[in-house]
Amino acid sequence: MPLPSSQSFSSPSVAAESQAWVDALSSSGRERDEAVARLHELLLRGARFEVSRRRASLAHIRGEDFDDVAMQAADDALVAVLGKLDDYRGASRFTTWAYKFVLLEAGVRLRRRAWQEREVVLDSESWTQLAQSSPGADTDAERSELLHTLSECIGEGLTPHQRQVLVALAMDGVPIDVLAERLSTTRGALYKTLHDARRKLRTEMSERGFPVETTLTGGGKR
Amino acid sequence: MNRQADDTIKRLLGPAEPELQCDECFEKIDEYVDFELQGDDADQLIPGMRPHLEGCPACHEEYDSLRELVQSAE
Repeated sequence: MPLPSSQSFSSPSVAAESQAWVDALSSSGRERDEAVARLHELLLRGARFEVSRRRASLAHIRGEDFDDVAMQAADDALVAVLGKLDDYRGASRFTTWAYKFVLLEAGVRLRRRAWQEREVVLDSESWTQLAQSSPGADTDAERSELLHTLSECIGEGLTPHQRQVLVALAMDGVPIDVLAERLSTTRGALYKTLHDARRKLRTEMSERGFPVETTLTGGGKR
Repeated sequence: MNRQADDTIKRLLGPAEPELQCDECFEKIDEYVDFELQGDDADQLIPGMRPHLEGCPACHEEYDSLRELVQSAE
C-alpha cells in the first residue's frame, strides 16, 4: 500500500523506512510473519521504556508485575497497530506512530496498577476547602478571594456530574484512566466533561467580576 | 507565595485557549512529536495540541514518553 506523497518528513530515508514497514506488514507468508515479530519487538521495547520510566513512582509493585504489564501492553498494542494499519497515512514516522499505541496501553495499565489499592472518593467534598482559604503566608488576599469565588462557582454553577469529575481530576489527583474505569466510561468522555466544567467555571468567574485572563497574572476582582 | 493557590486555580480552570480533545490528541500526537524533533513549529502546524497537553496530565505523560522514546531511538 503506497503512502500518500504529502508526507512531512525532512528525510527521504525516513519515508522509505516507513513505507518498508507498511509493505512488509501488508504482505503475506513469511515476510509478514517476520515483520509482525519485529513490530512486537519494537512495541515491547516501547513498553519496557515506559515501565522503567515510571518504576520509581510504583515502588509497591513487584518486578514480575512490571514484566507482565510490559508484555500485555505490547501484545494489545500489536493488535491495535495491525488493526489500524490502513489508517496510517505516513504523516509521521511509522515507528513514532506505532510507539504511541504501546505508550497508551502501558500508561493506562500503570496508572490503574498504581491506584488499585487506593480508594477513589467519587463525591469528594475537597472543593469546599477552597472557601476556607484565608490570606496568610502562602496566599495573598486576591488569591484567597478568588479561591473563595471558585468554590462558590463549583458549588452553584456545575451539574453534580461535572463537579464530581472536576474535583476528582483537578483537585484530588485521580488519574483520568482510573476514574474512567470506576465510572465505566472513557478518557475522552471524561475529558469532555472536564472541559465543559472548566468553561462553565470561567464564564461564572467572569460574570462574578473575575476576568479569567487576569486571574493568574496578579489581577483581582474588577 | 501563591504558588500552591495558582496551581490549584490552573488545574481547575484549565487552558484558556481552544484545545484538542483526548481522541484528537492521540490522533495527532505522533505528528506533533515528529514535527518538534524535526525542528518544525509544531504548535502552529497542530493548533490546540499544546493547550490540551497543559490541561490533560495523562496525555502530557504520554507525550513526554513518546518524545523521549523517539529521541532515544534515533
